[in-house]
Amino acid sequence: MDIDFQKLLDGVLNKDVRLTSRAITLVENENPESVSMLKKLFKHTGNAKIIGITGPPGSGKSTLTDKLAKAARHQGKTVGIVAVDPTSPFTGGAILGDRVRMQEISTDPGVFIRSMGTRGQLGGLAKATMSAVRVLDAYGCDYIFIETVGVGQSEVDIIKLADLVCIVLIPGMGDDIQSIKAGIMEIGDIFTINKCDREGVERLYTELNMMLDLRDSSEVRPPVLKTIAQTGEGVSEMLEEADKLFYNMKESGKLQKRRKRNLKIEVENILTSIFVKKVNKVAAETGLMDDYADKMSKKESDPFTVAEDILNKL
Amino acid sequence: MVDTIRVLVAKPGLDGHDRGAKVVARALRDAGMEVIYTGLRQTPEQIVAAAVQEDVQVLCMSILSGAHNHLFPKVTELLKQKDASDILVLGGGVIPEDDIPFLKENGIKEVFTPGTSTEDIITFIKENV
Ligand SMILES: Nc1nc2c(ncn2[C@@H]2O[C@H](COP(=O)(O)OP(=O)(O)OP(=O)(O)O)[C@@H](O)[C@H]2O)c(=O)[nH]1
Ligand SMILES: [Mg+2]
Repeated sequence: MDIDFQKLLDGVLNKDVRLTSRAITLVENENPESVSMLKKLFKHTGNAKIIGITGPPGSGKSTLTDKLAKAARHQGKTVGIVAVDPTSPFTGGAILGDRVRMQEISTDPGVFIRSMGTRGQLGGLAKATMSAVRVLDAYGCDYIFIETVGVGQSEVDIIKLADLVCIVLIPGMGDDIQSIKAGIMEIGDIFTINKCDREGVERLYTELNMMLDLRDSSEVRPPVLKTIAQTGEGVSEMLEEADKLFYNMKESGKLQKRRKRNLKIEVENILTSIFVKKVNKVAAETGLMDDYADKMSKKESDPFTVAEDILNKL
Repeated sequence: MVDTIRVLVAKPGLDGHDRGAKVVARALRDAGMEVIYTGLRQTPEQIVAAAVQEDVQVLCMSILSGAHNHLFPKVTELLKQKDASDILVLGGGVIPEDDIPFLKENGIKEVFTPGTSTEDIITFIKENV
């Protein structure tokens, strides 16, 4: 399909589903038209509440997102969902299965769900996730939920995108809370214990609260909530809590501060990406990479000298 | 770089098996495609909404219950309404030879019956997107 950025932009702003989904595809594929579109789109963004949903694999992130979306729809709000699943580093393929848990809302015209593969990006998100969120923001979603891949400890990129991060944990994780606390636990604005129909809720609840009480006291103490995503129990309370936090962050200026910080990070990322592409292109164009490899293996040169050589050709 | 092929693998109708659909989903993934998998018991409306929002180039559906003559054309009709007839629609499952011409007339580009290798499906997709 031949398409220019003006048509995409108009499509997104006029809530055309087909063109909006096409816009996200072009963004994912790093199509030059999409960059032109994103530039124009930017001033139409900033209205959505962007909420990150993260946590270990199988903790119920998709089910919870589905129910959160429903709760938001009950209030007459529109919802965008970006659900990220891992891409195989070997084949580049992916099975994106989060929609399985989002069946009822899938035909609601007030909900736009998009699945993304990480496409080589570490950190629990795809490189284009922020841009996809921007598209949905400009499209007019009141809430945008970002479901990250099931995380271990280092996938904390969601904090660079979302206004608010919710960590989903489940009872019976035992010492796991210990093992994931390193990175993930530090980025939560809300902690949700899901699968509260299971055993071990109180233990996890106590552990979590104890851990959070030890956090930096200058920060807002995150609430610990309980849900059963499967039945929807506790979910509208969770959305209320998120709204309350949102309101407080806005009043205190913390939201604007966080968004500014995230914009700076985004610029850094864009610069890095442009720079890496440029350098790799120059490196390839030297036609010397095989020679360099030969020299290095004979110890006539070393990786640092080679890198400097290539940089000097820029 | 070639753009990643996105495929929706869907299971319309009421039959409770998705083993075949999952085999196809995995094979397509291993061939480097992004496969959006939506699970069992999808209505045509759900399938079409997903196909459009996910901007897939290919839609693979499989039916074992015998409802293909009803459900497949319903999906292609809805796609047309959404201005999304450019999506390549493929059918699979237990489908009698005699029904295939009717399905093809109704916008199903190819029908893969049991015994088709996943290789054939992959080749067909790569040649037709
Ligand atoms: N018992 C119980 N099961 C739940 C609850 N919420 C979700 N589940 C089940 O947990 C399983 C995983 O749920 P998902 O929503 O797919 O979890 P996820 O975190 O999105 O999983 P990944 O995206 O694969 O990391 C499914 O079988 C759900 O039905 C709950 O509150 N209680
Ligand atoms: Mg999920």
